[in-house]
Amino acid sequence: MSERKLRLVGVGALVLLALLVPFLFGPYRVGQFTLVLAYAVAVLGLNLLVGYNGQISLGHGAFFALGAYTSALLIEKADLHYLLTLPIAGIVAFAVGFLFGVPALRLRGLYLALVTLGLAIALPQLIKRFDGLTEGTQGLTVEQPTSPSWLPFADDQFLYLLTLLVAAVMFVAAWSLMRSQVGRAVKAVRDGEIPASTLGINLASTKTRVFALSAGYAGVAGALYVFAIGFVAPEAFTVTVSLAFLAAIVVGGLATIVGAIFGALFIEFVPVYASDVNDALTGVIYGGVLILFMYLLPDGAVGLLRRIGRLVARRPAAPAEEAEKRPAVAPPEPGVPAGKA
Amino acid sequence: MSLLEVEGLRAAYGQVEVLEGIDFAVDSGQKVAILGSNGAGKTTTLRALSGMVRTSGKAEFDEQSVVGKHTADIARRGVAHVPEGRGTFPSLTVEENLRLGAYVRRDGAAVKKDLTRCYGWFPRLEERKSQPAASLSGGELQMLAMARGLMLRPRLLMLDEPSLGLAPIVTRELFKVLGQICDEQGMTVLLVEQNAALALDFADHAYVLESGRISLSGKAAEIKEHDDVRRSYLGF
Amino acid sequence: MERFIQVVVDGVATGSIYGALALALVLIFRSTGIVNFAQGEMAMFSTFIAWGLYAGGVPLGLAVLTTLVLSFIAGLLIERGLIRRFEGGQELTLVIVTLGLFILLNSLAGWIWGFGTRSFPSLFGDGTFTLGGVRLSWESIGIVAVLLAVVGLLFLLFQRTKIGLAMRAAALNPESSGLVGVRVGRMLMLGWGLAAVLGALAGVLVAPRLFLDVNLMGSVLIYAFAAAALGGFDSPIGAVIGGWVIGVTENLAGTYVDFIGADLKILVPLVIIFVVLLVRPAGLFGTREVARV
Repeated sequence: MSERKLRLVGVGALVLLALLVPFLFGPYRVGQFTLVLAYAVAVLGLNLLVGYNGQISLGHGAFFALGAYTSALLIEKADLHYLLTLPIAGIVAFAVGFLFGVPALRLRGLYLALVTLGLAIALPQLIKRFDGLTEGTQGLTVEQPTSPSWLPFADDQFLYLLTLLVAAVMFVAAWSLMRSQVGRAVKAVRDGEIPASTLGINLASTKTRVFALSAGYAGVAGALYVFAIGFVAPEAFTVTVSLAFLAAIVVGGLATIVGAIFGALFIEFVPVYASDVNDALTGVIYGGVLILFMYLLPDGAVGLLRRIGRLVARRPAAPAEEAEKRPAVAPPEPGVPAGKA
Repeated sequence: MSLLEVEGLRAAYGQVEVLEGIDFAVDSGQKVAILGSNGAGKTTTLRALSGMVRTSGKAEFDEQSVVGKHTADIARRGVAHVPEGRGTFPSLTVEENLRLGAYVRRDGAAVKKDLTRCYGWFPRLEERKSQPAASLSGGELQMLAMARGLMLRPRLLMLDEPSLGLAPIVTRELFKVLGQICDEQGMTVLLVEQNAALALDFADHAYVLESGRISLSGKAAEIKEHDDVRRSYLGF
Repeated sequence: MERFIQVVVDGVATGSIYGALALALVLIFRSTGIVNFAQGEMAMFSTFIAWGLYAGGVPLGLAVLTTLVLSFIAGLLIERGLIRRFEGGQELTLVIVTLGLFILLNSLAGWIWGFGTRSFPSLFGDGTFTLGGVRLSWESIGIVAVLLAVVGLLFLLFQRTKIGLAMRAAALNPESSGLVGVRVGRMLMLGWGLAAVLGALAGVLVAPRLFLDVNLMGSVLIYAFAAAALGGFDSPIGAVIGGWVIGVTENLAGTYVDFIGADLKILVPLVIIFVVLLVRPAGLFGTREVARV
């Protein structure tokens, strides 16, 4: 089986599993998987920025929070239907990301990391400060989406499937974008800014747009998070969230689309199990994983899977396939001396 | 036993092999020149001896191999390599550059004496001793680079294209001083040069490098008279 | 007026702590081109060790001294064992590794010593004295004095000793340094060792004021980043002066500007970082960068 077919089978299997989840597990588990999907969208957004475009952002959690609060406030204080808050959250985050990105894109790697870290730290503080609007530290409870009567699903199943649908759309969009001309430009910028600019790529515009897009993804993810949890508070959006997203793209694999799923699974389930053992264990695992992955698996889980896939694909195939693959050096035709094309 | 013995030396940058197995030797007290045009592999030869490029084959300094060794360790054995581009530190002062040359030495008093001696050979360096190296002219920088090499009290001084980028009058001056130092100190020198005339006047023995292989070798005086050399490198 | 002077002096003291940590950041940045996000956590860890020794009965001064030595060794080992592998590689990798170290040390400290808060004694006691009508604390004066002494020692090290010269050379041009026999790897280790000592010093000086817990250095790190950015990431003088400027500014703003409450206090250094990096990335004293293709 060729590598490409293996990949298709893999993705297909993932999709199938994803569809089965709400019918295989109880509400608590399904809720966890819903969160995984929400995180996956955010992680994917970050990966577009970091993995595909080579910009380092440590502040992704801030846009996640922005989307979450936008959605929460619109639902609770403006009585807006939750579905409408999804695109609005995305757009708000996109806009803020754009505004932030315009100046920030002028900074090179480490400095951008610093500035975005600052953003991640500042946002929860700003949320607390403007508690008139945000309800500050005590947080805001949000009415969660319920399953409409004309669908045969329980609330948790409906929420999961809704999140799955949104996530699928976001994933496909990202995947097709990265395969397009735009995606090539994005990657070119990562591989070398000066060479990319000599190819006619507008650096400023590309970088800002990717930054904004990744923020938009985080915003949508934040809204999905609100649907799933039904509560927002500044404590939920500290720097830890940004670092978790970063860990997720490392674990999943930089510059991969599917990697976001693995990363999201990691950041949802590891803390749950680790904190059972010891409060500090989560952090030790996170930190250790980040370092270990850089040592051993810099391509993340997806990179590992790809390597395995390549090994599997190279194994001796059935005789018929082997004959197909015979080298293309044909014996010389009669009358044509060997060596001439 | 020669001080430096090289046999079948190969060197490559990644997949590109630049030296395809060269043999040469430098005896103690000798002045040896390696000539060749651009791309022949002259600089690579010195870099190979200094452990700065992937090497295989035999290269022994004082009967100890330098293949696969770290640059700093090779320097510590008494090999002073004055590289293409001079290897000076532009933001450090002239004197700091010189002191760095003597970094591995433990004999503080002798280092001070050598410093004075260097200033004696290159009075212009003494004039500028507290200025950053970046403020020096091309010729002065080359002097600084050479002096830095000498501060090591090396057993082998390797010079990579000292004439590069310098006006002829400056180069002649440089080689004159170099010649004086060598006569005084009995220094062993391995010189890599594109300027064949200067090099052949200076050296005792010479090798011609072409596309990663030694094509000619012999006494400098003989090489100078060789037809091919005269045609290709001396412009006759 | 007395109040003003008190605020300024206190600001200089706090600023000295920021400056010490900023110096550590600058030291590492100059020698390895890395921004060590874990510098603060390394300092926090060291401070806990000092606390552990003190709580175990060791006199404070000796505990601190021992901690400095241990921190030096830890710095050496971290560079050699962890960071060396990634040097010269992609920036993103190094950011991730140092962040990983940050998270790891933070949680490790929590595991070993718990997440509670404890007090840490001041090296200079709690006394105050009056000078020209202004009441000053020995602690503040002591902190500034320590910083000045450290800066002086570092100056002597880098400008007047052979090994200091070698460290500067290794940071400037590793290849040329190798040619004179400088073992660049060892110089890098030394840089990290010294930086760890500076961090530990910052930690034990700030702990009496902020109380010791695993998040002790979190905000101090941000202030140190601001100081380093303001001064220029490759300028030691800049780090110190930047620290003082930020310390004094923060104190003045906190005292005289009402809008900035406790919640928004951290925004001061963040905004400074943002503005400085945008307007003048080289900071006040740093060197301009040239982009190489």
